[in-house]
Amino acid sequence: MNLWKRLMCTARRKSPWLFHMNSGSCNGCDIEIIAALSPRYDAEQLGVLLQGSPRHADILVVTGPVTNKAVNAVKTVYDQVCGPKAVVAIGSCPATTNVFIDSRTLDGPLDKHLPVDVYVPGCPPRPDAIIAGVVKAAVLLAERGSDAPQPTVAIATAEEVQP
Amino acid sequence: MNPMLTALARLLIFPGLLFAVPAAWFFLWVERKAVARMQERVGPPFMQPFWDFTKLLGKSTPPRPGIAGFIMRAWPLIAVGSAAGAVGLLPVLPLSGGFEGDLILLLALLELPSICIIAAGFSSRSIFGEIGSAREAALSVSYNIVFLLAIVSIAASQHTFRLEALAAMHPSFLTVLGIIAILICLPAKLHINPFSLPNAEQEIYSGPMTEYAGPELAMWELAHGLEWVAATGLVATLVAPHIALAWGTSLLAGGIFVVLSVAVVLLLSVLAAATARLAIDSSVRFYWQCTLIFAVLAISSALFVRFWL
Repeated sequence: MNLWKRLMCTARRKSPWLFHMNSGSCNGCDIEIIAALSPRYDAEQLGVLLQGSPRHADILVVTGPVTNKAVNAVKTVYDQVCGPKAVVAIGSCPATTNVFIDSRTLDGPLDKHLPVDVYVPGCPPRPDAIIAGVVKAAVLLAERGSDAPQPTVAIATAEEVQP
Repeated sequence: MNPMLTALARLLIFPGLLFAVPAAWFFLWVERKAVARMQERVGPPFMQPFWDFTKLLGKSTPPRPGIAGFIMRAWPLIAVGSAAGAVGLLPVLPLSGGFEGDLILLLALLELPSICIIAAGFSSRSIFGEIGSAREAALSVSYNIVFLLAIVSIAASQHTFRLEALAAMHPSFLTVLGIIAILICLPAKLHINPFSLPNAEQEIYSGPMTEYAGPELAMWELAHGLEWVAATGLVATLVAPHIALAWGTSLLAGGIFVVLSVAVVLLLSVLAAATARLAIDSSVRFYWQCTLIFAVLAISSALFVRFWL
């Protein structure tokens, strides 16, 4: 039993599948996420795969300051991701609503609606920082296991990535 | 030896489940790694398909009440079972105890996973699943004509539907033509790149798999890997009368089988990395207009050789 748990822990750490959710982002962070998967940064060597369906994902990657229109979509997609799951907020917008703060078209930041596990600050963040954030979320998933609803918040920056 | 025992050993040990499941993971890794290398990436580590499978086993699934949920859970299991059965039928080892007509059973078992995918997409009642299933159905009608004609022409030229006899045959012009036709059909059968439209990710989410999660998705991944093993294994057994030459030693026969299968996987991965996804009408047109001619040519010349020469 213990062996199975350790195996599952390793598997969760080594196979983070992402679902990318845009909640009204300017597309800057989205481009950086794609860059993280491209040949130069190649997140697949860490087992990261961008999935088409939220049902397949472990980690929900959210960009954008959560506009009024996007609130329900963000909540629905979060519920569609099957547990154990984690949320990574990419960029300054989902963390603080950034330059759009106090806008009447926003209902952010993201942690008003979802339990965010890892923040990747930056406008936009570098691809290395995004990869560091995803890996941090995968480690959180592995440590947390199937039964621990309380999220632990972490911040990932580009400086953590070994050159 | 007891034929029942032999059949069980083939299904469960070699070339069945005990060999086929690690082989399925290995082939999935070879495919991903080859595509990554073609794109100048490092690619996933060796154990990646195994970690993916284990992780999916440990995930929760959304509640699926009632008979519809039961049917939805059943499709991936049927797909895994039939793909494993197809692998178990391959005549890899000497005197492995095939029977007259096992080629037909193999073709039926190879076709079942694709029928399961079509049914799964429709029973998931997701609109993306339905689109994916409709595409898969259209594609399967197109490539199967060519696939079946190619195999029937090989079988007719050898005058047998027994896999063991086909594996032992001497290659002729007709078999080469048939094998090329089968190779052309494999990308569509395995849903890889020029014909990856049933599960076109980013386009219709994940097609028929959109609603599947956790252990059910793990079973689909396994079924896909086993399909790789069965389909490439079929080509490997047809290509190599070398396997028949090496039948003195079982170990060598198994080794040649594995090497040939990996070669076919590499060939298909290079094709997948070099091409982009075709639209449904161009894929269907490709099989009906360009490839069908060669398949009809192959079968008519096979019948000609069989009855008039």
